[in-house]
Amino acid sequence: MSSPKYGAAFINRQSFIELDARERATALLDAGTSRELVGPFDRVESPWLPMQGVTPQEDDGCVVMKGKIAGQAAVVIALEGAFQGGSMGEVSGEKMTAALDLARADNEKGIPTSAVILLETGGVRLQEANLGLAAIAEVMASILALRKHAPVICLTAGTVGCFGGMSLAAGLASYVVLTREGRLGMNGPEVIEQENGVDEFDSTDHALVWAIHGGEQRVDMGLADALVDDDTPQVVDAIRRLVLKGPPPVHRSSQVSLYRRRIEALDASRQWDPKELRALWTSNGFREDKR
Amino acid sequence: MSEYTGVRGTVWFRALTGQASPMPGDPNSVLTADAPLGSDRARFLCVVPDPHARFPCARHGEVGLEEAYALAARVREVIDSDQDAVKRPIVAIVDVKSQAYGRREETAAIFLAAAAAADAYGSARLAGHPVITLVVGQALSGAFLTHGYQANRILAFDDDGVMIHAMHKAAAARITRRAVQELESLAKDIVPMSYDIRDYAKLGLLYKLLHVESPEKPSPQEIRNVQGELIAAIEDARRSPVDLRNRLESKGALEMRKASILVRTKLEAQWQEG
Repeated sequence: MSSPKYGAAFINRQSFIELDARERATALLDAGTSRELVGPFDRVESPWLPMQGVTPQEDDGCVVMKGKIAGQAAVVIALEGAFQGGSMGEVSGEKMTAALDLARADNEKGIPTSAVILLETGGVRLQEANLGLAAIAEVMASILALRKHAPVICLTAGTVGCFGGMSLAAGLASYVVLTREGRLGMNGPEVIEQENGVDEFDSTDHALVWAIHGGEQRVDMGLADALVDDDTPQVVDAIRRLVLKGPPPVHRSSQVSLYRRRIEALDASRQWDPKELRALWTSNGFREDKR
Repeated sequence: MSEYTGVRGTVWFRALTGQASPMPGDPNSVLTADAPLGSDRARFLCVVPDPHARFPCARHGEVGLEEAYALAARVREVIDSDQDAVKRPIVAIVDVKSQAYGRREETAAIFLAAAAAADAYGSARLAGHPVITLVVGQALSGAFLTHGYQANRILAFDDDGVMIHAMHKAAAARITRRAVQELESLAKDIVPMSYDIRDYAKLGLLYKLLHVESPEKPSPQEIRNVQGELIAAIEDARRSPVDLRNRLESKGALEMRKASILVRTKLEAQWQEG
């Protein structure tokens, strides 16, 4: 019990995970600068959920907040994991796309504006199916257009994680920040088990789930840029540092030949211990370009 | 329908390029070729099933790790070589049932592989390449995000063999806790949930729906017609902005995406205040 890990800092920390989307967005912006856009009082709700007997929410589970981070203009777009699993519908998707486009337009006008996207989502909202998928494609297009000018930072703190189509959005980001509780992957364990059987992925094997998708693994493999504790000041500090850093010279999703070589070198005839890949991908010849 | 995945992809790749083989160093599941299209020499790409693929979860026409990175590399090749030249068109022929659902894929970060392919297509579009998608069969979920959904213009055949959707019926029913029949009847009233390509066309995301009498065995005349439509789409893309605004400004979107348009209008107005 006297382990320093559980000392005063641990006891007194301010959990970020326990904050809802609106509180998270406010916490990331400099004190007194945040202003919510198209908030709950604008009442732009999903037109598709009531048709299916599902209660919509006044913000459709997506909070857009403009303000400053480290003194620079920024927009934070936060998905609320507690509403429909953070899924992307028509309205939440368009909020994200439009906010990214407005940030890009400001950059083009000479006002440096970065974007922070808080992803707690399983991907497409199946009740809005094709409009959700289209929204994700448009979010991805807008991230690509904005990241040339200013960093687009994706943060997944937990507990939902970032899965489905929105994991591609995270893949396009300038930087990805994760907690140990945050997970990042394209197909969740349950989906893989359903599609290809329990031998392929036993979704009840929690150790396996975290070993593959967990924040620590993703950061150590070089797939994400910062691992932070579930501590609000630490999260805020990591985001500030990345905003001030500006966009990387080469984005991770553009390093095609490196990743192609990494995949080619894998023995596809067997499953791997996730730790093997950490060692392999950080070894000589497989290191990522300096970011 | 799944047993036909890839048949149409190969048929149309061959019809439009005169061949159907991978480029050296690429997996057998990714076909790439340069072929004349109007006055251009276009690059065509297609993902097809390879029962002997290295990764076991990518042997039935899924887009897996190798497929995604091969697409990314072949699209980037065009961007790099045309930096100071006329931007050649890129045509994605789409007939993909899904992304690869596997443990190896997750461990080796298929999310990044898929993002890399989307990055390449999207970057090509932003660089001024007309990127045209031709959906000849299935275009499902993450596979479509990876291969096709970043295009300036999307064209699709209008028959029952074509399906653009977020998730196949059985899985969507399971996850939303509905019977497949219930899902189908809901899909009749709720256009974005429909599995019918003619309903998808109402959303305003498509540039054009094309009718081909025999999509698995097209006649020379049908092939010429499709080529003509692709050329028209390329010309239209070259005249237009490189972003995806056409999808929200279309006639269909004015009707079906009213909520999106409202969000954008309000956000633009409120962005400047304060």
